[in-house]
Amino acid sequence: MYGNDFGPSANEGEDVRPIDDAAAQVRFDALLADDERIEPRDWMPAGYRKTLIRQIAQHAHSEIIGMQPEGNWITRAPSLRRKAILLAKVQDEAGHGLYLYSAAETLGAERDELTEMLITGRQRYSSIFNYPAVTWADVGAIGWLVDGAAIVNQVPICRCSYGPYARAMIRICKEESFHQRQGFELLLTLSRGTDHQRTMLQDAVDRWWWPSLMMFGPPDDASPNTAQSMAWGIKRHTNDELRQRFVDMTVPQADVLGVSLPDPDLELVDDHWRHGPIDWDEFNAVLRGEGACNRQRIEHRTTAHTDGAWVRDAAAAYAEKHQRAAA
Amino acid sequence: MNRFALVLGLADDALIAAQRLAEWVANAPELEEDVALANIALDTLGRARVLLAHAGEIEGAGRNEDDLAMLRDEREFTNVQLAELENGHFGTTIARLWLYSTWQLTWWEALTSSTDETLAAVAQKSIKELRYHVDHGERWVRRLGDGTEVSHERMQDGLDRVWPHVAELFTNWVGTDLIEQGVTVAPATLEARCRERWAHVINEATLSTPQVPTVPGGGRRGIHTESMGYLLAEMQHMARSHPGATW
Repeated sequence: MYGNDFGPSANEGEDVRPIDDAAAQVRFDALLADDERIEPRDWMPAGYRKTLIRQIAQHAHSEIIGMQPEGNWITRAPSLRRKAILLAKVQDEAGHGLYLYSAAETLGAERDELTEMLITGRQRYSSIFNYPAVTWADVGAIGWLVDGAAIVNQVPICRCSYGPYARAMIRICKEESFHQRQGFELLLTLSRGTDHQRTMLQDAVDRWWWPSLMMFGPPDDASPNTAQSMAWGIKRHTNDELRQRFVDMTVPQADVLGVSLPDPDLELVDDHWRHGPIDWDEFNAVLRGEGACNRQRIEHRTTAHTDGAWVRDAAAAYAEKHQRAAA
Repeated sequence: MNRFALVLGLADDALIAAQRLAEWVANAPELEEDVALANIALDTLGRARVLLAHAGEIEGAGRNEDDLAMLRDEREFTNVQLAELENGHFGTTIARLWLYSTWQLTWWEALTSSTDETLAAVAQKSIKELRYHVDHGERWVRRLGDGTEVSHERMQDGLDRVWPHVAELFTNWVGTDLIEQGVTVAPATLEARCRERWAHVINEATLSTPQVPTVPGGGRRGIHTESMGYLLAEMQHMARSHPGATW
């Protein structure tokens, strides 16, 4: 997703405007006002830096945790073509994680620290990945709906005020949009397949539709961080605006797939598809750790990280030894 | 031994190696390695697909890449056992990947002049990819061998586990007719070069050439390790559960 930040406010109880640096603040405000980019060496308010680090880290973590539900299907892909596509997609996600951790590093964060924050639960990842990918159709539904929602969220971040994040997002969005088309094409193939395949398709859409809408975060009146993020040019549209954009884009696509969306209230009003009420209790429960896979996702990441420690240590020791020898 | 069996054996080497390597994705010691292993698995899977399709054409019975990958039983797979060995710890995977890639590179270098045009074309592409795979493997063998005490032990352990399956790589299984026709070379002709390269890198990495008993092998005759059945069960179950479906 992964750009939005649904955690507590970053600047609670902090004065984000250093009184002694008024000139720098003026320059910062002018850059924002002119829709210019803030670069790593520029002065920036502490709250801006902190918000960005947390948002970029959450986005990076989401890419990395997001490798699991789909990676889970690589060895079982039903055809070799699908296996190759899925392998390449999950590889792209690792690549996105890398660009994003690098963007966070330009703000002074260390990748190791951020990983530590992820596995100790101090930083979040998109809670969509706490839902299980239980059938092959889920791989398509994740591509179509989850990546689709991610793109709607992320395209505006290509114009984010922080340069390195904006530039990373341009490349990520190109790849995400490819993934979304691949997911749709996977589902389209199922829609033209056997009865069993069509049942699998409808079941996956039924399960992923509402969680995808939740990816945009709480409704605007319950999203305390939005105003500050918009003022800083980190966020360009509100959660509800983006959610509406996604629904409008997706409903006609569901029609092409011949699937129904599990929302009896869905109706076209003034050229917009209006959805029924979202179950925010479910959203909050998953955020609290009550999703099907919260524990499993973090355990998986922790195991890979812990089991790999000796390998990373060896690489560091080897590099040091050979650097010394070369000096 | 006919050309179909040769191409299918080469295809199975790649398919099974790719399947194993893909198990690492989202489990690697660092993100860069997730990317690298997925990349190597993708190259290898790509080679498998072209070779399976080619085998299907030679056979002329209408079987495509997926029929051959998903609907054959274990005894019909003729990959070398080295390709199917379980990942184990990272040192074991690197040992397998490195030995396999070095051996594959010598094969495909030889096949660049194959009289089978498809094999020659696959060879041209594969040698470029395999040079990178070998390089990646060698770098890790050096880093782990000459890294920390722990990594040295694990790298040596990985080599010791995989080494019993090396002899099989050079066992002659291709027909003399195919060698005479210039389709392929005899696997035994690759042995000296491979062993020389391995000895060189093992030495540089401060490791020792394993002194371990060789196992009987038999992959080319469809005799596999016990882990192969599980690999195939996982890989094939979707296709077999939905006969005739298109994905």
